[in-house]
Amino acid sequence: MEAAMGLMRRIHPKHAETALSALLSLLPEHSTDLLSQVDQPLQVLCDIDSGKEFILCEYNRDADSYRSPWSNKYHPPLEDGPYPSPELRKLEIEANDVFAIYRDQYYEGGISSVYMWEDENGGFVACFLIKKDGSKSGHGRRGYLQEGAWDAIHVIEVEPEEEGTARYCLTSTIMLSLTTDDKSSGRFSLSGSIRRQMNMDFSVADGHLCNMGRMIEEMESKLRNSLDQVYFGKTKEMVCTLRPPSEVIQMRLPDS
Amino acid sequence: MICLEIPGGVGDVLITSSGELSETEYLDPRTAQVAIIDHVKQVCTEVRPATDEELPSPYVEEFRCALDAEIIKYVDEAYPKGICSVYCIGGKDVEGPGFDFELAVVISAARHSPQNFCNGSWRSVWNVEFKDDLQMLEVRGKLQVGAHYFEEGNVQLDASHECKDSTFFQSPEDSAISICNIIRHHETEYLTSLQVSYSNLPDTTFKDLRRKLPVTRTLFPWHNTMQFSLTRDITKELGIGK
Repeated sequence: MEAAMGLMRRIHPKHAETALSALLSLLPEHSTDLLSQVDQPLQVLCDIDSGKEFILCEYNRDADSYRSPWSNKYHPPLEDGPYPSPELRKLEIEANDVFAIYRDQYYEGGISSVYMWEDENGGFVACFLIKKDGSKSGHGRRGYLQEGAWDAIHVIEVEPEEEGTARYCLTSTIMLSLTTDDKSSGRFSLSGSIRRQMNMDFSVADGHLCNMGRMIEEMESKLRNSLDQVYFGKTKEMVCTLRPPSEVIQMRLPDS
Repeated sequence: MICLEIPGGVGDVLITSSGELSETEYLDPRTAQVAIIDHVKQVCTEVRPATDEELPSPYVEEFRCALDAEIIKYVDEAYPKGICSVYCIGGKDVEGPGFDFELAVVISAARHSPQNFCNGSWRSVWNVEFKDDLQMLEVRGKLQVGAHYFEEGNVQLDASHECKDSTFFQSPEDSAISICNIIRHHETEYLTSLQVSYSNLPDTTFKDLRRKLPVTRTLFPWHNTMQFSLTRDITKELGIGK
């Protein structure tokens, strides 16, 4: 598994899907681990009842069906799939509504979904997902991108409350790709994925949704900056190492 | 594009389709040698002198050699660790004026630092068509840049660009200088446009994926759920947004 994960980290993000299929056929006994640990772009289905789209992931899947956060029904229909308790479902509904507004404010489009379920220790787990197509043919407001995709998966484990405080463990994964294409500068494409964790304790006075939301917002901003400055920055640094800009070269030449 | 050492310490050979003679044989025109390559091990297993049939005619070789000399100077100056070669990829048997021939300039620079979780490569291939009847040189360049950073993450740059230019058909030395100037000009311009693309990222291109902050320029008011239901109702009423 270590070798497989190491490989996946080094493979070009654009080839991640093919690489994963290859690994699954080479290591069938590790398929559960591979599927849960390797990031893949998010898929979407349309909820026939509400006409709204929802995001598919391991956390709303049972067998080959997926539960919609809007209607709470499985697509295709299932005899007896798992559902959150009525109380948790209430929180799930509110989370979906509020998260949709958050999504609209930061992403100006895109799709979001939130799924919650009780875990064995008396706490619960919530999964917040966002899928954005930023290309000019998608929801790219300014038309800069030939192709652009942002997929975010935030999984928060909420431990049972103790003395008015709860611990939240967030694992966030962002997968993105963007491509600009024009006559004067050709094709410029950046793609990648990043995963980080954050643990925080909050008082439950403001409510779980508020606490989780703040963590996600902080994490997304951190990751966006990190990707932009550090990660993309490193690739830029590499290009300038391969071929230093002419000002640097001119400084090196003595008198020509 | 890989660069492998020729046994005997004569230098390096570029593994590129422009110099491919057969699946395992690659020509190094500068030293007129052919390297036999083991692709799986990525090693040059042996080397032999090139036959006359594998080399261009003396007429073409004059141009190739002059261009090679200019390109070496350019690459030395512009690329800290660049390798280059000039191949004849068309009309290599042309004996004198009256016929067209084609040269390919191949430039490669690569940096592998797996311990720093960073790798990168710059590849440019410039095709120069010597058009005898028009007494013109048509230059077509294809540049490819890649960079990969994977420390606690995995991000790749994939950039490519194609350009065209032309100049007059002159003596081997003068043609070489003109071609080299064209290459230098376009490659420098391309590097600049790459830098511009990077500087546009934070506030422009990235914004189409995710803004740094909402339009309100404040963080999202999570605690104020009342505000949301109002906002949503108003939004629905006025039909705002997608």
